[in-house]
Amino acid sequence: MAQLSADNHGLRLAVRYTVLGLIALIFVFPLVFMLMSSLKPDAQLLSDTRSLRAFLPVGDISLDNYFDAFRRAPVGLFIFNSVIVTGVTVALTLFICSAAAFAFVFIDWRGRDLVLTLILATLIVPFETIAIPLLLIASKLPWLGLDGLTYGWLNSYQVQIVPFIADGLTIFLFVQYFKDLPGELIEAARVEGASWWQVYRRVVMPLAGPVLATAAILKFLVMYNQYLWPLMVVQEERYRPVMVGLQYFFQLNRAWGEIMAYLSLITVPVLAFYLFLQRAFIASIASTGVKG
Amino acid sequence: MASKFTRSNSTGWLMAGPAAVLMGLFIVLPFLFAIGLSFTNQRLISPNPTQFVGLSNYSQLLGIGLLTLEPERDDAGEILREEDGTVSYPALRGYTRNNPDYPQFDGMREWFSVSLGESRTYVLARDVVFAKAVVNTIIFVLVVAPVQGGLALVLALLINQKLRGINVFRAIYFMPVVVSIVVVSLLWRFIYDGQSGLLNNLLGALTFGAFPRIDWLGNPSTALGAIIAMSIWQAVGFHMVIWLSGLQTISPSLYEAAAIEGASKWQTFRYVTWPGLRNTAVLVLIVITMQAFALFAQIDVMTSGGPLDSTQTIVFQAVERGYGKQDISGGSTISVILFVFVLAISLLQRWLTREKK
Repeated sequence: MAQLSADNHGLRLAVRYTVLGLIALIFVFPLVFMLMSSLKPDAQLLSDTRSLRAFLPVGDISLDNYFDAFRRAPVGLFIFNSVIVTGVTVALTLFICSAAAFAFVFIDWRGRDLVLTLILATLIVPFETIAIPLLLIASKLPWLGLDGLTYGWLNSYQVQIVPFIADGLTIFLFVQYFKDLPGELIEAARVEGASWWQVYRRVVMPLAGPVLATAAILKFLVMYNQYLWPLMVVQEERYRPVMVGLQYFFQLNRAWGEIMAYLSLITVPVLAFYLFLQRAFIASIASTGVKG
Repeated sequence: MASKFTRSNSTGWLMAGPAAVLMGLFIVLPFLFAIGLSFTNQRLISPNPTQFVGLSNYSQLLGIGLLTLEPERDDAGEILREEDGTVSYPALRGYTRNNPDYPQFDGMREWFSVSLGESRTYVLARDVVFAKAVVNTIIFVLVVAPVQGGLALVLALLINQKLRGINVFRAIYFMPVVVSIVVVSLLWRFIYDGQSGLLNNLLGALTFGAFPRIDWLGNPSTALGAIIAMSIWQAVGFHMVIWLSGLQTISPSLYEAAAIEGASKWQTFRYVTWPGLRNTAVLVLIVITMQAFALFAQIDVMTSGGPLDSTQTIVFQAVERGYGKQDISGGSTISVILFVFVLAISLLQRWLTREKK
């Protein structure tokens, strides 16, 4: 009897792992296909789709597609642009939004509740519903830069960065987190004569590690994967981010191997980053779920 | 916490000010602009001054009419038939072009029609493409919300088991979420391809070649379904994680009690797990619905709204007009209509999660 139930247990375990494994295949196969295809010449890439060879590094394997992709398009520039736009936005978002949340939670000031309510109300406005008028505004805004005062933000870095620095979700995440910090700590620091800046910099921010990670990861994903907005506001190659740079590969003669190489180039770093910080990524998505 | 040490109007405004100004300029202002512009004929670049046009943008987009026509008859009262035997009806043109008896139909086109007995009822729309876009978006939402939410729950329950290495599976199921939807859409073009597509090859191999090859994205009856399946594949891991965090808020003592009572697996789910997930369920459905209404990138990369407008969506139309055709007021009007949909959904959420006294 004991023998039987042990076997039964082993069988059940095997079934469970098989089910989990089959589902896992569904989620990885397009990504494996992308990586393997990026190593193959076009003719082989297409003929391999007829068999499981599509998912294996077999046949004429090389990195040629990667070199060709760099030759065809300014891939390095696109990646650089995306890194600049994403990095600067994430950094500014963390600072501006945490400062705002600090003021909402710890400081008593006239208008606080009204401003916070307005900011949280923006959460129900999807970006897609304001993109068109935002385009009109961005095309007329002044900018004081190296060339002096200019009008119109189209084709620039700032047009991809500034509108996204402050957002309701990030402020909300910081507010939720700060509310759970002991308020006496902040008041005690104030009583002892610390300035607001010191309280923010020396007392609160050192405790904010987890929420900083959450906010940074969410913002990173949104910014790096931006598509609709840069598509509308960036026509010049100089400022194009990776997702819009893709269009390059669909002009004239289409080379699927190069496309796969480019897709792998812009995806693998994010995937590696994700797998490395997997727990933090998943925790950050889970924490957005608390907002109901 | 209201003491003289925590009160400071100037510091409060100084620290919250930058965020408030940025959000006012880049979210609130464009939002108000969208509403304002929807009553004008503003274009991105235009030699003519902008004019107030009232609700005409809305009536242009949403104008719908019903017209029932009787078959044409000859002098003897016999129904006239076309050469192929179908019943002949008077030409629609006669009603929709400068017919003084039917001013409400002027400029409309046929959207679809249904036969009722001998007569035929035509549903006319002033903007047939937009009407299709609204219907496609609603179909997308109505399919994606329950299917994706349900699959995500199944995955969450699978992942919530105590098994060695379960975190590896969780990480894999979540993986597509971090990949850009643009990249995903391009990859799936390969899967759906009519010639060497992976899906056709797989179906062919499973049925020993009996399954006919389908150009999934090029066929009006399969294109939207193909995009729905891909969208679910990409986003289901996101909602699995939200369900998981909901599952983990359910007290283990409830499960212990259920086990002691001898509850079956289904009973445990029905009477312990599911009631504990009520608020999570509302949240998951709302988030999916909001995201689904914003459907754009997949369409832009995979089909551009085709074939035969079978994958047109509200946001795709807003961008095509507001940006592609530089018709800012038309795009803004569509944006406002989209916002009304989204607002209705979030009011529904408020109502569903209201505190029960």
